[in-house]
Amino acid sequence: MNSRRIWEDVRLVLVAIPVLLWTLVPIYHLFVLSISNEKAMLAGRFWPDEPTLQNYRIVFNQQHYYLNNFWLQMFNSFLVATAVGAITLFVATLAAFSISRLRTPGGRTIMNLALATYLIPAAFLAVPMYKAMGTYGLLNSKWALILAMVALASPYAIWVLKQASDKLPAELDEAAVIDGASPLQIFRLVYLPLMAPSMVAIGVYALLLAWNEYLYAFLLLSSEREITLAVALGQFLGADDSPWNILMATGMIYALPPMAIYYIFRKYMVSGLTAGAVKS
Amino acid sequence: MTAATATFSPVPQIATRAWHSDPMKLWGVLMLVPYGLVFLILVTYPVLYGIYIGLKPQSYVELFRDPAFTIAAWNTVLFLLIAVNLKFLLALALSGFFMAQRAWIKVVLVLFLLPWAMPSIPTILSVRFLLNPEWGLINAQLFKWFQIDGPNWLNDPTLAFGSAIFMHIWKSLPFWTLILITGRMAIAKDLYEAADVDGASRWQQFRYITWPSLAALYVTSTILSIIWTLGDFNSVYLLTGGGPGDRTHVLATLGIRYLRIDKLDLGIAAIITAMPFVLPLVFVMVKRLSRGPQDEA
Repeated sequence: MNSRRIWEDVRLVLVAIPVLLWTLVPIYHLFVLSISNEKAMLAGRFWPDEPTLQNYRIVFNQQHYYLNNFWLQMFNSFLVATAVGAITLFVATLAAFSISRLRTPGGRTIMNLALATYLIPAAFLAVPMYKAMGTYGLLNSKWALILAMVALASPYAIWVLKQASDKLPAELDEAAVIDGASPLQIFRLVYLPLMAPSMVAIGVYALLLAWNEYLYAFLLLSSEREITLAVALGQFLGADDSPWNILMATGMIYALPPMAIYYIFRKYMVSGLTAGAVKS
Repeated sequence: MTAATATFSPVPQIATRAWHSDPMKLWGVLMLVPYGLVFLILVTYPVLYGIYIGLKPQSYVELFRDPAFTIAAWNTVLFLLIAVNLKFLLALALSGFFMAQRAWIKVVLVLFLLPWAMPSIPTILSVRFLLNPEWGLINAQLFKWFQIDGPNWLNDPTLAFGSAIFMHIWKSLPFWTLILITGRMAIAKDLYEAADVDGASRWQQFRYITWPSLAALYVTSTILSIIWTLGDFNSVYLLTGGGPGDRTHVLATLGIRYLRIDKLDLGIAAIITAMPFVLPLVFVMVKRLSRGPQDEA
């Protein structure tokens, strides 16, 4: 019995090693380059001779022409992500309440249309969306990116909130209606408090989607002072002699906030999709 | 079923009233207005405009004459076949690995989820430099240990395309593994215990217990993943830029490339050529996902 367990452990370790190598090499490489000076960066080593935080200092002090607007671009990313989180939450919570609790006629059709939007690849929608933003005169405005990301985030948000909302017992609203509560009072006093956990998850989902977005940001924003950090990272590729070590330091700084948030909320994030998928 | 019909018993009594004099319906409609606006302004209008642009036959003539399109269409098919199948076979196997009852496996899982938790741009750019033929870690180490000059990864169409597929799988594998882990956790433990007592082999346990319980989830997830893989712009664009010589484009990046060189019509046309494949999948998935919890049981 005991030897079987040891044999089992050996097999597990033999799987774990390649899995960890596969997962960690690109991330480790990102980190190592971010603490390498220019000489170490070009040497292709596993660890630099003289690890340095100089690259981070350059980023924070905006001492490179790719980084002249680093703090502004960081702020843009933050602003867009927060706005997308808040607006998506507003739009989706109201829609989910209407479809699920008030059983508004046509609600199911709207739900299905929203789901179809969620399922069409965003990269395909980007081309006509770019044209539409041009028509609305919003190109190179952060509003273009905010609105586009709200359009991309709200279908999934409505779907998850509707699923969660369907699970609330019907007696709750019945009791409130008998007590003479208006729909708005039910929404505020019964619905919102019960839905708070799902709403946190959805707010975080929309916020991270917007923070991480590259394609739409890169299409819709162009000037140095409007772009988000994601686009700024892509701009490093413009020249052959890019300072990759500084780029990687910027990348580390850009990656840390969403990673922290992901790990705090990861249980909520998975349950949304699996709730529907596992049962089917 | 009873739960679904019992929600809001007051509604039928007042259902005959016009919607604007019934507070339930009035608020119901008002609360749908924000999303309705988002949908009309940001989805309906662009899509209708796209269809209108896409109706010009000459775009398709020009599109089919462009060798970059033929290559991209073929690449897209290859990308989907290889990436989705490989990803799901790996996810299926790894979800079994992560079910092992060991404390250290939990730590491995947390690390394994990192690619999913991180924004994709920094890691894709990291791999791009990793594969740099002169200064990248891989070729430098190949030379150091075996005194061979490594390949010019991103300048060889086959290797560049393979690297983009690797990038895509690297980024999306954790999520689907996690989904299959949740699927496996829903299987009752006593089934395996009974199978153990009966002397069933590992393969038999997988074949007769795990797979039947997981099959539906596996299919749903695969369809979803096909659609999303089709839209993966970052893995290809940020790693290879579609190069060398437009040989590694997929439809998602080709559409954007046309847009960047002011050929919007071609970009739309390229996307529309994928629709006969995408729309049936979207239709199936909408039907699957829109079933509420009360319909499933």
